[in-house]
Amino acid sequence: MNSKIKKLIPQLLTLAFVALIFGFFSYNAQLNMENRGITFGYGFLSQESSFDVQFSLIEYDGSHTYFRAYLVGLLNTILVSVIGIIIATILGVLIGIARLSPNFLINNFAAFYVEFFRNIPLLLQIFFWYFAALRALPLPENAEAIFGVSYLTIKGFYVPAFIWENFDIFFYSIVAAIISIIVIRIYAKKLRDTEGKQLPVFYISIGLLIILPLISFLFGGVNLSFQIPQLKQLALTSFIYEGGVSIPPELIALTLALSLYTATFIAECVRAGIQGVSKGQKEAAASIGLTPNQVLKLVIMPQALRIIIPPTTNQYLNLTKNSSLAAAIAYPDLVLVFAGTALMQTGRAIEIVSITMLTYLSLSVSISIFMNWYNKKIAIKEK
Amino acid sequence: MINKYINPTKENLNTYLTIGLIFISYSIIDVFLNSFFKINITSFLPSLLSFLLPLIFGFIGLYLIRIEYSGVKKLDIINKNINTNNFNAILTLFIIFVIIKSLPPLLSWFIIDANFAGDTKEACTGTGACWTYIKIWFRRFMYGMYPNAEQWRINLSFISLAALGSVGFFATDKFKKYLTLYYVVIYPVIAFLFIFFFISGGRVFFDFSYGIIAAVISVIIGFFIPKFKLYYFLIVPLTFYILLKHVFFSDELIELGMMEGLNWVETGAWGGLSLTFIISFFCLIFCFPIGMALALGRRSDFPIIKYICIGFIEFWRGVPLITVLFMSSVMFPMFLPEDFFIDKLVRAVIAISLFEAAYVAEVIRGGLQALPRGQYDAAKSLGMGYWKMHIFVILPQALKLVIPGIANTFLALVKDTPLIFVVGLLEIVGMLNLAKTNPQWLGFAMEGYVFAALIFWIICYAMSKYSYNLEQKYKTER
Repeated sequence: MNSKIKKLIPQLLTLAFVALIFGFFSYNAQLNMENRGITFGYGFLSQESSFDVQFSLIEYDGSHTYFRAYLVGLLNTILVSVIGIIIATILGVLIGIARLSPNFLINNFAAFYVEFFRNIPLLLQIFFWYFAALRALPLPENAEAIFGVSYLTIKGFYVPAFIWENFDIFFYSIVAAIISIIVIRIYAKKLRDTEGKQLPVFYISIGLLIILPLISFLFGGVNLSFQIPQLKQLALTSFIYEGGVSIPPELIALTLALSLYTATFIAECVRAGIQGVSKGQKEAAASIGLTPNQVLKLVIMPQALRIIIPPTTNQYLNLTKNSSLAAAIAYPDLVLVFAGTALMQTGRAIEIVSITMLTYLSLSVSISIFMNWYNKKIAIKEK
Repeated sequence: MINKYINPTKENLNTYLTIGLIFISYSIIDVFLNSFFKINITSFLPSLLSFLLPLIFGFIGLYLIRIEYSGVKKLDIINKNINTNNFNAILTLFIIFVIIKSLPPLLSWFIIDANFAGDTKEACTGTGACWTYIKIWFRRFMYGMYPNAEQWRINLSFISLAALGSVGFFATDKFKKYLTLYYVVIYPVIAFLFIFFFISGGRVFFDFSYGIIAAVISVIIGFFIPKFKLYYFLIVPLTFYILLKHVFFSDELIELGMMEGLNWVETGAWGGLSLTFIISFFCLIFCFPIGMALALGRRSDFPIIKYICIGFIEFWRGVPLITVLFMSSVMFPMFLPEDFFIDKLVRAVIAISLFEAAYVAEVIRGGLQALPRGQYDAAKSLGMGYWKMHIFVILPQALKLVIPGIANTFLALVKDTPLIFVVGLLEIVGMLNLAKTNPQWLGFAMEGYVFAALIFWIICYAMSKYSYNLEQKYKTER
């Protein structure tokens, strides 16, 4: 009995302390809002926003609601994160493998890259790319064509636009290819387990991925054409490219900085993962007659990935959170559009900041729940 | 096929070595002349061939000198390190060529064609960097908007704090046991006093000074109490605070600050690299104990404390720092009484400290989890209580284990300081952006960013090397 009370007292004290702080804050917030004549509520989300966003993936202008402005910001954040994650992964894996290379020069080159890029603040790197490096690019009228179709200018990167006919059929053909690959993989595994036969799954998969979309082109009426950007004069000294897709310089600077920075951390994860697999594993696998490819695929990679994936996911999460630095160079991401412009216009600090934080929070919590599940699934089950 | 006719072995070593070296030196000389003197000695060839020729010749040369166990020591070292197979040879050549190619433009930009003299924009006539710009703006980059005449205060404070901080290196064995007390309590307080009374020169919030005195006294007493409990840290400072405010100094307010002859410089004028140091230093001091408490709380047996700590940690780890700073600048004032004012520097320090504390907590938790159970059992069997066990047995070992993790968190903290532009404070990166828009100095963004990048790189690289040394020093066999 005595020990129970002893255990309860500090807990109750802490609880009371936390409750006191929260109570104090909400009491003040209520008073402040009353004084300023604001009422708390999320109704403003359906009001007309009446501000414009430079770059948006969905149709948007001032006549749309604040909620749609939120969606625009969220989509832009997701866009830059996804591109950044893809580039950072490719670069990080390459650098990580290069750091393990027996070649003295490559090894040191990779080490130099890692030490260089991860010791400079990300914000400084973003500023460098945006205000210094990309500002040195030529004006649209002086730009030289890259492969004759794209133009890298100070106003952005202009690339040809894809114009699809019957895109849905092409899409279905790709989905069909992916489904059939999964089925074949399952079948191949069954065949291997029961009869010991090996199917060349890799080549079959690549063949399917090429052949099925090709059939859709030949027989399904799918057609793809390109719209090449053309130089157009707006005023005497002002030129712009029309047609095609224009990638704004903010997006380029942000993706460059994010992926170069995060790649250094991913490279370290990859290096640690591959070094973490003991040499004996490789030798044991070779001694039971597996080919070098099989050793890599069936023995080394599964163990290395177990070490690599959790910290790498953490880095993906960091990249997504770091993409909020976009606000510094006016790339219209969630923070700039919603916590910046929308907050200035409505003055609803509590609602807007809480929504922004909740968005990021739910993103990271859902990923960390998934990661915990994944870690449990791949953890070595010891008997 | 090729191996049949061209087969470098030990027998024909000298022939192959000579031919191979000729090929390699040709390729390197070609690239060198091309890059440093703009001479193309193979201009009579088609342009693509002339471009690829060094690569092809270099590749052939490296192939010819790839002789296993040649007996020549230097050749074996080269082969083993940069020339193990064809793929490696190509990569090696590629890297050598990239280095040779990029040296001249870099050298010319940084040194040869750069300008150092003069004090106006017109002095910068060369094609290289304009270091005059950095020279003129140097004070702003270091001290922000702090008045020129008062900058000796910052210098003096930093020098004396650095001197006080290095006391640990000279302490004799007799004083070694007081070092923890010194670094955990006394040194931060001295630093705080320096910055608040010397750099700021203004008044400190009255209530605040009662609080500081109460906290300092109670922590110092806490070090000499043999057996203390959790609630000690709640009750003692509070009693001291109430006693100070209502009994001892009930009529007079303690007025700390306002040193004679010092002008008040408000925090809005602080900036530059010195602000980076001030913010990193205070966040570092505050986030460590908070993080430790959170880590202990997360592993505590009390469910309520445990879940509060988990919620706190996961919340701060889940949101980007920029939104936290947004919150501290626009949302936090809504949560305070209307006449209650907190300086924006203090708000930024609190926000960053809480944010980093969550990361520190997770790192320390990793160390706590890595300790074997036997350590806990052994400490308990000696009759130690919770606090004694953690302070004397568990934490020293756990912290030793997580030195690299903590160093990484501190590095992240230093690298995050530029974000305080959100609350309107301009440290070095912010000052660069301000200087870049000055009409008299347009167009020198590159120089500024390179300068700041160099400074940050040196700080962060030194920190990471220091943490590596620390890790090696405290490594114990387990």
